[in-house]
Amino acid sequence: MAEYSYSYKIPVGPVHPGLKEPIHLSFEIEGEEVVNLDIKTGWVHRGIEYLGLQRNPIQVIYLAERICGICSVCHAFCFARAVESAAGIEVPLRAEYIRTIIAELERIHSHILWAGVAAHLMGFDSLFYYTWRVREEVMDVLEYLTGNRVNYGILAIGGVRRDITTDGAAKIRENLESYLGLFNRLVEAFVEDPSVRARTRDIGVLTREEAIETCAVGPTARASGVATDVRQDQPYCAYADLEVKAITPEAITGETRGDVFDKAVVRLFEIAQSIEIIEKCLEGLPEGKISAEDKLPRLLNQLKKASGEGISSIEAPRGEDYHYVRLEEGEANVTAWKVRAPTYANIPSWFPMMKGAQIADIPLIVASIDPCISCTDRVTVVDRKKGTTTVLTEEDLRRLCVEKTRRMLR
Amino acid sequence: MTIEVLAGKLLAVVGITVFALVCGLFFKGIDRIVAARMQSRIGPPLWQPYWDIQKLLLKETVVPENAIPWIFNGAPILALISAITILLYIPMGGVGPVLEGRGDLILILYLFTLPAVAMVAGGFASGSPYAAVGSQREMVTMMSYEFPLAAVVITLAWKLWAAYGAGTAGFYAFSLSAFADYPVWGSVGIVGGIGLLLTLLALLVVTPAELSKVPFDAPEAEEELAGGLLVEYSGRNLALFYLGEAVKTLVMSALIVALFFPYNLAPVLGMGGTGALVVDFVFFWVKTLVVMLVAVTYVRIALARLKVDQIAYLYWVPVLGLSLGGLALVVIDHFLF
Repeated sequence: MAEYSYSYKIPVGPVHPGLKEPIHLSFEIEGEEVVNLDIKTGWVHRGIEYLGLQRNPIQVIYLAERICGICSVCHAFCFARAVESAAGIEVPLRAEYIRTIIAELERIHSHILWAGVAAHLMGFDSLFYYTWRVREEVMDVLEYLTGNRVNYGILAIGGVRRDITTDGAAKIRENLESYLGLFNRLVEAFVEDPSVRARTRDIGVLTREEAIETCAVGPTARASGVATDVRQDQPYCAYADLEVKAITPEAITGETRGDVFDKAVVRLFEIAQSIEIIEKCLEGLPEGKISAEDKLPRLLNQLKKASGEGISSIEAPRGEDYHYVRLEEGEANVTAWKVRAPTYANIPSWFPMMKGAQIADIPLIVASIDPCISCTDRVTVVDRKKGTTTVLTEEDLRRLCVEKTRRMLR
Repeated sequence: MTIEVLAGKLLAVVGITVFALVCGLFFKGIDRIVAARMQSRIGPPLWQPYWDIQKLLLKETVVPENAIPWIFNGAPILALISAITILLYIPMGGVGPVLEGRGDLILILYLFTLPAVAMVAGGFASGSPYAAVGSQREMVTMMSYEFPLAAVVITLAWKLWAAYGAGTAGFYAFSLSAFADYPVWGSVGIVGGIGLLLTLLALLVVTPAELSKVPFDAPEAEEELAGGLLVEYSGRNLALFYLGEAVKTLVMSALIVALFFPYNLAPVLGMGGTGALVVDFVFFWVKTLVVMLVAVTYVRIALARLKVDQIAYLYWVPVLGLSLGGLALVVIDHFLF
């Protein structure tokens, strides 16, 4: 007897209410169950890396901030560290602490934002409105500290551009105080609420092995029990003094299932962790300069003379963010810049998570890695004459790679 | 039936239709404002639903290429008409129902499935995978809540029949005016009262599913199915569905009031004549509004959306248990106490 297939295809995206950014997911569905999945990216490719190569490192800071709309300080932070490592610039300790504080404040707002999005995708709009309302408080503090709500413009090569005054510190403390109170309510809403539990428990399970296999990073990996955190594994900036420990659901709920619920738990408790880190940073905030070099022309000159490669990885709210920068002597511009945003590493984990999921779980599973598509899109191959867009397969990439190696060897 | 009676009925039908549309949208406006305030938002103006309809009527009505036009266009009309028809059978305070007979409740049960069936048909006819999935979910939801709903109706009708036996109330046990004249709470003891409470609770849980509201809005689930079975609808067709949903919300709440809270205010105030009629009519709709705010608005903002398998489980096990338990208690109350 011939085999009949009862499956049908459901396209999700590039534009879909369940997605916050354009990405195309093509699902093969049987009844309500997902049997197969195909992902296409490339709808928000902006050529930022290419643009960066037309500018000098100080100008690239502003581009780097705009790679992501949520973790905007992380990319600038990571880029600045890569450049500093390439040019051998020593950052003053106070600046390192201020960078840490800003990055942690950003983690708080990013995780609360995620919580709101997740609630919205569950159809729980009250919780969505609540979380986004409380998120405004940390945004206000960030605005007070840096002058901006989203793209803070506080990072500079060799330090930061604004100091945290005593007033600012008091404001942060006041804010942290109120978040400690809110934290309990958020835990109540996400961890103890039965209707949230019904939608997230055992949904989108990513086992420990699968997390390692798909190279997941950040909260996605930690929720599966992989205790990885750049702040713990390769402490940078002030984290070296603070002894950050990666948060895994094991330590909180006593078991690791790697589902969406665990991912929510990890993110929520990272808010508490961030509060603690900021408090410690404020306490131990050292006196001193906030920038290695205040005069921009002099800094530019120094960077122009510098030659070398720099890599840097930091823990963004979504996971490990990685930048590679190359500077060449006599060249004002950055000669090579490679960004690997955390979502790029997390997307493959959708495949094991989607297996056997229901249609209703799709948006939540997609959101569970807190995807940032515009950070991820790297290349779109377009034939302008024919007006077609092509996808490069693994074979094509290998061929291109071999060709380039041969060219360079010649 | 004389010409005068027929003309009067026709006039009443037209009047009730207009009233249902206006009042349905008005209730929707209140629902949206109250929900917004509960979520500490400001919310839209009270007149927003009217403006929505006005705008939708101005928009182009798109029929997808691979849709079946007559089903696709017919479904919204059927949904609206069947919702309005139910209202003709419901006594509103002192104002008796426009149409009545012996089997009103059974007819209403069927009329309630009609809008859902129309939406399913429209969804399947629109030729979109999202709409098809939405339609499947709507069917599953429907099959899940019908049994508890039927159990509730049977409990009430049986009680009325058992309590008033051979009298008019017993004869008209399935008629809604009988419920208005003989409130069910009057003929039960404490055990039966608990039974009726369980029945009421079951009916309240069925309400949001009947109306496809959160947590039972899986068939429309914006974030999952981009509007589900309504995804291809636009313009006039969408306006009709929107109106149909508003009227259905009104009718479902009104039905709960008519079955469980048929008490009038005028006798308490000692009023009579036209004044009493007006007071009772207004009081009836106030009660309906309260029921709607509890069963629809509050539930809608307090819970997350359930998945379709969870919906099926909820209705087939706990809610069915509730309604059958209610029936059992009412029966026990009747025979033992």
